[in-house]
Amino acid sequence: MTDVAVPITTRKDWASDQEVRWCPGCGDYSILAAIQMLLPELGVRRENTVFVSGIGCAARFPYYMNTYGMHSIHGRAPAIATGLAVTRPDLDVWVVSGDGDALSIGGNHLIHALRRNVNIKILLFNNQIYGLTKGQYSPTSEQGKVTKSTPFGSLETPFNPISVALGAEATFVARTHDMDRKHMQEMFRRAHAHRGAAIVEIYQNCNVFNDGAFNAITGRDNRADMLIPLEHGQPIRFGADGQRGVAMPADGRLQLVDVAEVGEDAVLVHDEARDDPGLAFALSRLSRGPFEPTPIGVFRDVQRPEYGDGMARQLVDAQERKGPGDLASLLASGGTWTVG
Amino acid sequence: MSTVIPRQTKELDRVVVRFAGDSGDGMQLTGSQFTTVSSLFGNDTATLPDFPAEIRAPAGTLAGVSAFQVHISDHDILTPGDAPNVLVAMNPAALRANIGIMAAGGTVIVNSDAFDERSLDKAGYEANPLGDGSLASFTVYEVPMTSLTMEVGKEVGVKPRDAERSKNFFALGLVSWLYSRPVEPTLDWIAKRFAGRDDVREVNARAFKAGYHFGETAELFDSNYQVRPAPAEPGTYTNVTGNTALAWGLIAAAQQAKLPLFLGSYPITPASDILHELSKHKNFGVRTLQAEDEIAGIGTAIGAAFGGSLAVTTTSGPGLDLKSEALGLAVNLELPLVVVDIQRGGPSTGLPTKTEQSDLLHAMYGRHGESPVPIVAARTPSDCFGAAVEAARIAVTYRTPVILLSDGYLANGSEPWHLPDLADLPAIDAAFATEPNHTDDEGNPVFWPYERDPETGARPWAVPGTPGLEHRIGGLEKAHGSGTVSYDTMNHERMTHERADKIAGIARGIAPVEVDDPGGVGGAPVLVLGWGSTYGAIAAGVRRVRARGLAVAHAHLVHLNPFPANLGDVLRAYPTVLVPETNLGQLARLVRAEYLVDARPVSKVQGLPFRAAEIEAAVLQALGTDTSVHGDEGDVAS
Repeated sequence: MTDVAVPITTRKDWASDQEVRWCPGCGDYSILAAIQMLLPELGVRRENTVFVSGIGCAARFPYYMNTYGMHSIHGRAPAIATGLAVTRPDLDVWVVSGDGDALSIGGNHLIHALRRNVNIKILLFNNQIYGLTKGQYSPTSEQGKVTKSTPFGSLETPFNPISVALGAEATFVARTHDMDRKHMQEMFRRAHAHRGAAIVEIYQNCNVFNDGAFNAITGRDNRADMLIPLEHGQPIRFGADGQRGVAMPADGRLQLVDVAEVGEDAVLVHDEARDDPGLAFALSRLSRGPFEPTPIGVFRDVQRPEYGDGMARQLVDAQERKGPGDLASLLASGGTWTVG
Repeated sequence: MSTVIPRQTKELDRVVVRFAGDSGDGMQLTGSQFTTVSSLFGNDTATLPDFPAEIRAPAGTLAGVSAFQVHISDHDILTPGDAPNVLVAMNPAALRANIGIMAAGGTVIVNSDAFDERSLDKAGYEANPLGDGSLASFTVYEVPMTSLTMEVGKEVGVKPRDAERSKNFFALGLVSWLYSRPVEPTLDWIAKRFAGRDDVREVNARAFKAGYHFGETAELFDSNYQVRPAPAEPGTYTNVTGNTALAWGLIAAAQQAKLPLFLGSYPITPASDILHELSKHKNFGVRTLQAEDEIAGIGTAIGAAFGGSLAVTTTSGPGLDLKSEALGLAVNLELPLVVVDIQRGGPSTGLPTKTEQSDLLHAMYGRHGESPVPIVAARTPSDCFGAAVEAARIAVTYRTPVILLSDGYLANGSEPWHLPDLADLPAIDAAFATEPNHTDDEGNPVFWPYERDPETGARPWAVPGTPGLEHRIGGLEKAHGSGTVSYDTMNHERMTHERADKIAGIARGIAPVEVDDPGGVGGAPVLVLGWGSTYGAIAAGVRRVRARGLAVAHAHLVHLNPFPANLGDVLRAYPTVLVPETNLGQLARLVRAEYLVDARPVSKVQGLPFRAAEIEAAVLQALGTDTSVHGDEGDVAS
């Protein structure tokens, strides 16, 4: 690494020469644009930036970035990114995944990357449907969902990605949506600034197989009443005039309240840095789905030793203790004898 | 004053000792220490650990018997011996499980304390074999090892129950006396191994000495034995197991390539010891990651390879199944990767602690699509070192995943190893790309990740962090040269051939297969073709055939894909080709398909390596000679 100033770049510098081939109107376009416009602001280098993806519509993302990238296999991106991040702490490693990729076939890798707190930034494009395979239900599809593979309705209880991440000991957990570039960029910026594993769930519209899945909460006219912005240290309020809020009465169950009724002091103050993930988890359960007022923003942002740093420290410690490795001594370490 | 009756020490040229007891009796430890001492003494040694999959099967049962066989000799040997001359049986189950493989007239030393009614019953004996004459063809020594060890414990003030656990050291002491092994190395080892646990160390050391003195003073044995050092090439030697040698080979390869070593691995028998060994050597800059599953083991390794590490994943058969998809990705990515498969009995969970060579076809073909992967196989425990270096050399040079095959027998077996001169290790050049390698239509320098080296067919390895070489790779088919996604049908055919040609072309950089045929290639009527861990048994079997005045040739493959360029000519030079494998004929099938030769499989799938006698019998049969092979005649000198 040199001290030469990071060159000033624009969105164009971060876009590859490949034609973007998502369906017209896909929410992925706005997420790609948000990233390509944000990265020039982060003061990072293209050569030190890597996007790793699995399989799915979102997984095409790396091909459209003029950075290093790998479009890998279904569900394995967090594992591949882990190997890269722990051996190359100098890199910014982003994982682009979807609800099927991250939560179905790749669920195991996702939870363990979060648990280990590897320095990777996971963007989870959640459209609640399988797009690339043309419209089967996903692990985040709502119960009763009628799809090609569930003509009589899905029987399955969906995953709540925020709850899953918190249960997996994630140190940074956030949610945003594809209709609000500014909010997306703020979440991505925060994720990037976090040392450790960060996951950002992005409600993303699949206009072909699940159009309007999030309209009830992310539609321009609905947002004020249906999205609950989480801001650290601030009372959790929403509505056009902040007239509604989240409160925790004595029974410990979160409730949506009219602020005027309960009084401002009764409104819960968000604390994303709280070590105990209980409150963040409760917030993640506030909404049963994107048809009720739903929190967005940073649920949790806490510090814990980063995995690759710990690994590097063990190497340094071992060298200080034993000196640099000497192969000849190693081969003789089990005792030797000499002939002749 | 006790009188020690001076007894004679008889000379032996070789002996096979088998220590057998309960899983909890420490037989593996006892056997490996006896091996180490014998190696240090200068004998040639070869070992066969043979233990159950259960950590602790019910005590005293046949299922729980753990054994360690060691062959020591005053000459060059190649196998752990076909039939033990001495069996140390710590309980009735150990006797019952092993007596059938003993050499005729062998010696049996039993822990007589363990032959109570209950233990006999557990082992399935209706009558006590020590009293019913069933062991009449053996020389049996009954030694009350448990009670004598507990006496020792009393002296130290250790509870009888704890002291009893040191009885394996009593046995080790007794056998050490019986074969005139020096005591100091074992006492030193006990002191080191049990440092900080004073009671345990003291009881073990005293039990060992008690066993030694028991042999010396009890008027039970009329003689003891000596096996003189074997003549060996001048040099420095150590005793090494296959898994340790393999781990060290990976470290050596990383040094040769000047790359950091990364291991992503999920614990699995019998490969876990490589993970254990590498995780100890962080001062070599080795990063090890115990992944959440087999897939993540190879996944993290692929990520590390992309970042410029010498990346490795280690596993056994079931894990290789799980890694198949990611291995295919690595084929398409064309990144260096070493996949180590320590084979065991299959299918499925199979025989986790028993050896087999039945993953060859899986290594060769176990992926969808046209997905060629080079295969390298180790042939002896110490050869695992060089095989690891060779696998890494191919991986880095040709930018490809390589499968390195070892097996349970090599992994846990040990042998003396003439330490290599490190200056002789092959050069491995990572040769990272640093500059654009192509010009676009407008004359601008650009980087093409699939612009191949004209000689090796390898693509450039450009690691993240290199300015100007940003590129994307992935599982989708890529356009030749530029590496952009391509669905073009003719491009796919071209890339399929480019990948296949690259792997086939590795043959140009490997040594021709050597043929051990005193009459020159084609001189003998029969060629025995082997690969992997059958080396010792084949070489020993071939010596035995030759000792009868008959001609037979032996060739052994290190490279299974591609084959050495001369292999077809070698095979066609012999009217009969035998291929002994611990599978149902996988290499035989490959060479038949490749060269249209009538290679005949010689199969064994018992979870155990071939015996020299079995190879000898197969060759004699092929030669049309008398096929009667007498028990264990040992490894005859070459």
